[in-house]
Amino acid sequence: MYDIAVIGAGIIGCSIARALSKYQLKIVLIEKESDVANGTTKANSAIIHAGYDAKPGTLKAKLNLLGNSAFDELCKILDVPFKRIGSMVIALQEDEFATLSKLYEQGVRNGVPGIKILQQKELRNIEPNISDHALGALYAPTCGIVGPWELAIALAENAADNGVEILLNTRVENIKKLENEYILYTNNRIISAKRVVNCAGLHADEINDMVATPSFQIMPRRGEYNIMDKSVGKLVNTVVFQCPSKLGKGVLIAPTVHGNLLIGPNSEDILEKNNFETTKDGLKHIFDTAARSVKKVSASTIITAFTGLRARCERDDFIIEEATDAVGFINVAGIESPGLTAAPAIADYVLDIIKGMNVDMVAKTDFVEKRRPVIRFNELTNDEKEKIIEKDSSYGKIICRCENITEGEIVDAIHRNVGARTLDSVKRRVRPGSGRCQGGFCSPRVMEILARELEIDMSKVVKDHPKSYILTAQTKDTSMFDLHAVNYLTKECVANANRI
Amino acid sequence: MGKRKIICIACPLGCHIEVSEDKSVSGYKVTGNQCKRGEKYGIKEMSNPTRLLTTTVKLRNSYLKRLPVRTNSPIPKGMISKCMREISKIEASAPIKTGTVLIKNILNTGVDIVSSRSISDLSQTDVV
Amino acid sequence: MQIEYDVVVIGAGPAGLAAAIEVKRNGVDSVLIVDRDRELGGILQQCIHNGFGLHLFKEELTGPEYAERFINELKELQIEYKLETMVIELTKDKVITMVNSKDGLLTVKAKAIVLAMGCRERTRGALNIPGTRPSGIYTAGTAQRFVNMEGYMVGKRVVILGSGDIGLIMARRLTLEGAEVLAVVELLPYSSGLTRNIVQCLEDFEIPLFLSHTITKIQGKYRLEGVWVSKVDDKRHPIEGTEVYIDCDTLLLSVGLIPENELSKGADIEIDTATNGPIVSESMETSTDGVFACGNVVHVHDLADYVTLEARRAGKSAAKYIKKLLQHKKDNIIISPGDGVRYIVPHHVNVDNLEDTLELFLRVNRAYMEKNLIVKLDDTILAVINKKRLVPGEVENIRIKSHMIRDREASFMTIEVQSEGV
Repeated sequence: MYDIAVIGAGIIGCSIARALSKYQLKIVLIEKESDVANGTTKANSAIIHAGYDAKPGTLKAKLNLLGNSAFDELCKILDVPFKRIGSMVIALQEDEFATLSKLYEQGVRNGVPGIKILQQKELRNIEPNISDHALGALYAPTCGIVGPWELAIALAENAADNGVEILLNTRVENIKKLENEYILYTNNRIISAKRVVNCAGLHADEINDMVATPSFQIMPRRGEYNIMDKSVGKLVNTVVFQCPSKLGKGVLIAPTVHGNLLIGPNSEDILEKNNFETTKDGLKHIFDTAARSVKKVSASTIITAFTGLRARCERDDFIIEEATDAVGFINVAGIESPGLTAAPAIADYVLDIIKGMNVDMVAKTDFVEKRRPVIRFNELTNDEKEKIIEKDSSYGKIICRCENITEGEIVDAIHRNVGARTLDSVKRRVRPGSGRCQGGFCSPRVMEILARELEIDMSKVVKDHPKSYILTAQTKDTSMFDLHAVNYLTKECVANANRI
Repeated sequence: MGKRKIICIACPLGCHIEVSEDKSVSGYKVTGNQCKRGEKYGIKEMSNPTRLLTTTVKLRNSYLKRLPVRTNSPIPKGMISKCMREISKIEASAPIKTGTVLIKNILNTGVDIVSSRSISDLSQTDVV
Repeated sequence: MQIEYDVVVIGAGPAGLAAAIEVKRNGVDSVLIVDRDRELGGILQQCIHNGFGLHLFKEELTGPEYAERFINELKELQIEYKLETMVIELTKDKVITMVNSKDGLLTVKAKAIVLAMGCRERTRGALNIPGTRPSGIYTAGTAQRFVNMEGYMVGKRVVILGSGDIGLIMARRLTLEGAEVLAVVELLPYSSGLTRNIVQCLEDFEIPLFLSHTITKIQGKYRLEGVWVSKVDDKRHPIEGTEVYIDCDTLLLSVGLIPENELSKGADIEIDTATNGPIVSESMETSTDGVFACGNVVHVHDLADYVTLEARRAGKSAAKYIKKLLQHKKDNIIISPGDGVRYIVPHHVNVDNLEDTLELFLRVNRAYMEKNLIVKLDDTILAVINKKRLVPGEVENIRIKSHMIRDREASFMTIEVQSEGV
């Protein structure tokens, strides 16, 4: 039996699991997807917010501030990319200055360090490409950008290094509460744990409802994004927001920690929790809005688009509490923005709740705080590059030409704890497929490496989900010729097809 | 089919020609062509269309998994599927030189399937 | 570790091979050619179809056969080469940093460089097609690699976006290997591929070609399940109400090639935004002295034979440069595209470097029938070339006798499309 079962391996679940791994407790982290960070954590703005836009007195405000200040240290120990570049909320009209003032006051109340209102000249000094219509901005120097899934993966890896058991492809289908334990029925095993922490993101309400009275509902809010090529990565130097609306912080334009440019998100309440489509109107909206903030935003530099779903709830604040009718069952739900920023603080907050449950939290003496450093070949000096290739010649074989990623890095990503098993999981750990060719050059090679290292046939390598097969069969497999040649197009369709 | 509209590929012009059966010596009438090559092409396409076939075969004893092969001259268009099935039955083994015959006189067409490249075996470090 | 060569050729595809051979044949022995793949030949090794060498060898060769001619010559000439070697940096001072497993990190100082890195394919991301992001979406070249070299099929029911040659070739290839190619969807009102490929890849297999259509949405949770195809208007915008859903599991994208010039940009080499390749002289020299470029890295070619001719010019010039025989001056004749012409390569000419012909390649900006190409030198009409058919998908090769340009002290040259009789 586990001491604590954590459901959901997004940034919150991974943060909590890692925090718990410092103690002599038997922890299991359960994730329904084929990799950690496969939900909202992999599709968000990647911003560490300064904290002026959270309502004072809320958990969001408190944990945003606490979380923000923890990032430098945390990312250093876990070797995760993080940059504190500052943010601007720009006023494009005179009357928006009132909003800026309001945010400023709110920021002061929340304890946000260093915020100030900038006038035109100061703004343009920092952001030369800002729109000609920008009149001023609220500047917050403590805002940062991070690799969100990199952080979740690093937390999970370190948690596993410290004894946490991580179960992927394991979906909780039902929970039964017994006297002093919870029985979790999953698709592939039955797990029993003394206590449960529910970090199931979009599905946190469904998990809660399995064992406690429904007390909140998670409503997905869709946000679409575009990533632009690294050649325009320096279009802005800070995270640039327009004035927020009722629907949220609005479309931002920001550098990513990898040197690309990110624009988005829009904000659309939808019904389905599994609708991850980008839409024509959504993409147009984010582009047009971003182009209003910054000059020279060009569609020709777009390299990809994606959609993320935020887990909204009516409370409009984080729900981090023990379920009233399920002792030992802690909900950590409704973690939308500033969830990523607050993650380290949320983990501490949850740990305090657990301590309050009279759980014996004895610190481990052999806790390994750091994870094994990640070699980023492209960031090494020439000398370091030479040395690493001498040590391991697989670092001399470059697989991803857009980002100069080596075979050594890919093999390492596969064999670490919580290692890569799919094409996308390689991409999220070491980046092949994220560049301008979007995997056109590297994917056959990455698949070859995965097949070799995992000792499976290349046709068994999937993109992400187990059903996302890539290759079908080997050529020269004669069963292919027995396919009944039926063309499903209607006769009208074919007739309308222009023959030249 | 007595009449067909096709695009001539004898030269980049790509004339749209019409070929119909008639009682002439060749058995066909060609219109829409701008030169004699078009007429020849049209008649051939109607009476005996042929194609060069290029594909791959399984390859053993090499870092390469498939060997590119070709017909050494055109085969009747109608034989393509049968030839593909026939070719899928064989396996080649490195080392191989360009032009090596892998299937002689495939399905009695008089045409051979030959290797389209040279490839060294695993004992060599690079291409032949 | 730093080593020196007179000439380094980056890329061992058709361009690099021909250039390196020409350098050696013109008396420069210190040549090194490098390639990131495990064998010489570049993209030709996966182009197993025929159609190569018609102009150069008067034979119809497959890609690998064509490559082998040059690979054999390279080896006979004992030109040094490195494989599985990636160039990661190129500086203005012609210092090349490259990486491989055997040598580790190498810094190579070259007196002259020939860029022959080829191009990459435009992606779905760059087209920003909305919908989900399932598996089963490939660029045509990547699918070609899987099928022809790894020996795997990429799907069973295929839709191809773009009627460029790579897409057409793959339509045939996948059909021959037993897949069902349901449609080729082309945005423009005409195909950008060679007519011969339309006939032998689509018509032969009764694969419908939807001109003036595009894909407006991609659907599929884990693996592709289908695409929505719409007709487009003359501004290439989808027409509402014309959407048709095609049930498929594979989407191939053949929507354009982009010259791969990240290394060139890193070395401050000037790029032409019309070609996305370096601005080059008649000798294929870029804006940096002693750095030459040829093949798809300069502009997207459609015939490997022309790539070879262009590469030979670059190689010959690189050798001349080493022997200090290449002339440099400030007031070259500037060549600019006129009406109807999208780009012309090379971009400027120093007549002192010409032998007996100036070789130009150009692409028009749309289809023209029965038009003249007017070649002008300053205000004088040098030549009027009647063309029955000009299409953007086919590169035109124009040859001008050097004596017509010499001793004229001209500043500009242009080529434009003009209708007959004007």
